[in-house]
Amino acid sequence: MASVTFDHATRIYPGTENPAVNELNLHIEDGEFLVLVGPSGCGKSTSLRMLAGLEDVNAGRILIGDRDVTNVQPKDRDIAMVFQNYALYPHMTVAENMGFALKIAGVAKDEINRRVEEAAKILDLSEYLGRKPKALSGGQRQRVAMGRAIVRQPQVFLMDEPLSNLDAKLRVSTRTQIASLQRRLGVTTVYVTHDQTEALTMGDRIAVLKDGLLQQVGTPREMYDAPANVFVAGFIGSPAMNIGTFDVVDDVALIGNARMPLPRYVLGQLGNDDGKTQVTIGFRPESLDLVPREDASAIPVHVNLVEELGSDAFVYGTLATDPGADKVVPQGQEVIVRVNPRAVPEKGSEIYVKIRPGQEHIFNATTGERLASA
Amino acid sequence: MAHELQITSASPSPDLLDLPWEIALAQWPANVLAALPRGLSRHVVRFVRLGGRVIAIKEISDLVAHNEYELLRRLERLDVPSVVPYAVVTGRETPEGEPLEAALITEHLQYSLPYRSLFSHILGADTATRLIDALAVLLVRLHLIGFYWGDVSLSNTLFRRDAETFAAYLVDAETGALYPQLTDGQRNYDVDLARTNIIGELMDLESGGVLDEGTDVIGIGDSLVARYNELWQALTEEESFTRSERWRVAERINRIHGLGFDVDELAMTTEAGGQRVRIRPKVVEAGYHARRLDRLTGLEVQEHQARRLLSNLDDFRARHGSDDPEDQLLAHQWITEVFEPTLQAIPAAQRGKLQPAQIFHEILDHRWYLAEQLGRDVSLVEAAESYSQSVLPARPEEQAILGLTPQEAEAEAAQAAAEDPYLDR
Repeated sequence: MASVTFDHATRIYPGTENPAVNELNLHIEDGEFLVLVGPSGCGKSTSLRMLAGLEDVNAGRILIGDRDVTNVQPKDRDIAMVFQNYALYPHMTVAENMGFALKIAGVAKDEINRRVEEAAKILDLSEYLGRKPKALSGGQRQRVAMGRAIVRQPQVFLMDEPLSNLDAKLRVSTRTQIASLQRRLGVTTVYVTHDQTEALTMGDRIAVLKDGLLQQVGTPREMYDAPANVFVAGFIGSPAMNIGTFDVVDDVALIGNARMPLPRYVLGQLGNDDGKTQVTIGFRPESLDLVPREDASAIPVHVNLVEELGSDAFVYGTLATDPGADKVVPQGQEVIVRVNPRAVPEKGSEIYVKIRPGQEHIFNATTGERLASA
Repeated sequence: MAHELQITSASPSPDLLDLPWEIALAQWPANVLAALPRGLSRHVVRFVRLGGRVIAIKEISDLVAHNEYELLRRLERLDVPSVVPYAVVTGRETPEGEPLEAALITEHLQYSLPYRSLFSHILGADTATRLIDALAVLLVRLHLIGFYWGDVSLSNTLFRRDAETFAAYLVDAETGALYPQLTDGQRNYDVDLARTNIIGELMDLESGGVLDEGTDVIGIGDSLVARYNELWQALTEEESFTRSERWRVAERINRIHGLGFDVDELAMTTEAGGQRVRIRPKVVEAGYHARRLDRLTGLEVQEHQARRLLSNLDDFRARHGSDDPEDQLLAHQWITEVFEPTLQAIPAAQRGKLQPAQIFHEILDHRWYLAEQLGRDVSLVEAAESYSQSVLPARPEEQAILGLTPQEAEAEAAQAAAEDPYLDR
């Protein structure tokens, strides 16, 4: 087992100017489950393929443990791409299906048996070892495929969107299985997904990428509670964080008709554009409380749609304005509010909400960077 | 929210609407199915007759279905041997409103043979080696255009007879991606995975009792790596020589033609004050002989079939005293006087068993045996008649070898259940 280090690792595709991955610095601890997440084209898969040896590293280097593998061929890196090939062979037993790569590599029979039995135990497949894959359920077949990677005892597991070609039911159960299995095995794992829910539920830490640049890396909690910039704030969390840019007058942000006094630490850090002071404020749907209309910091929201999920309900609305106040409000700003599912407002009505103190996220309106509270 | 069935296709057939999209593919009734694939695939796959053709339907997530459809279309445009994508069906749901997975539809490749059926029916011991050669050529062709496969295997490939060899076609592009150019790491990974998968598939055939236990399956897997590297080097390697050895340029091009490839672009540079010359093929394209035959006759056949036909055409030309290898009039005369009458000597009922060019190739072989046996020259028409009486009747229909009929699949499942008392489904 080993740590993984991206050290200013850069990938520029031939004939392009912008790096697909730009000076990536990332240290993944031994045994850690790290998720690379971001929208399509952000460089997450390219980063993984650089680690796998499938992409050239044009600058910087990549280490597995202390070993510089930047110029090492994929098969000599001691890594396993899990789920790349999981076609099972119908005439071979589950044990043979799991151990055949070791047989090819010339590993002794006893050793193959030992490793297969050990993996089967972890995967709850012990009683199926002598049976043919046809007798297995879809989930069990998935586990045999995982077993193939486990018996090879690699230093690092790599998984590139492994759930994307599973049906919806298998996806959720396999997600949990992979995460708990990884913890039991303690093998360093790098996992790529575009799905932030997968990232939040599976990773010890998450690295968010955009346009080839690492935006932030941290635990799911850190990413959720203290996103480093507007992009991460909008990307992590579902439903997404409400984010808007508002005018600031006399140290007070004008949100709809509401006046939200800004915390003192923010005041010195505000951007000034065209002589107008602005601030970008984010607040999660669950950080809002319903308040009476008379409250000075009440934000009026016009209810467009209510989504009821049983345990939760979400109002999808737009920031409402009273006549005469519209010049200080971004028109049509969408707002999502979590409300009590047993007392949902009517579609078409107006509600008044207030950001729970301390749960606002404040960003520089020009750079999008989070404003430091220290 | 209710979904609407959506069909994306370059040329959608209204018949598609008659298929039971509201049922999970695994549960489709036997009367709509032409066949089920042999072996295990990652996804549910079924063959269905639609109008006059056969289509393959694979159930897969929306995103992957659209990606694979687009990728197969691009491969088709790049003229790489691969299955032809036909449509993507999304927005499926059951009458109860349960969403179903998307379906990717490809056209069945006529006269193609899945490797399992090749081993379970027909061929001798060197079949594996010939399949490996075909797969190595396919992999090189894919890598030359920048396609990384990500899951090379015999089961993700279909084979067509190509004279005494096979031609390989890509079937499954799910894990693939097109790049401007592949890195050595990507190529090596593909080749290494191909080796592992092929050995695994051959081990499986061994376990199933269709391949001799003594077969050197690891040796066969290794031969893929060797064949691939040999071909890749011959096609792409840089060589350097002195100015006086300029014949080596033509020799290199001939060598590449010999491998069945064309050189579209060759980079030539000089060094050491012009005393040394370096050459490196920059763009090579497969199908050298197939394209030449197509140009001359309009016949579209595989590479080795084309070689065989061209050499017969060359003999014909020589007998008619023409020394112009691009003589189209004479090529047309060969079609009407040689190729067509030979095939017409085969009864119509037998003609669909193999591709026409393959039948012609086998008749040429048969004529050779016959002439040796009879100790005299034999005409092609006479050879064709003998071939149709003594060889062809025993040959299977290969136009649409799909897998198991629904009845066979059911029988197989029943047998598996009888053998495995724990089988719970």
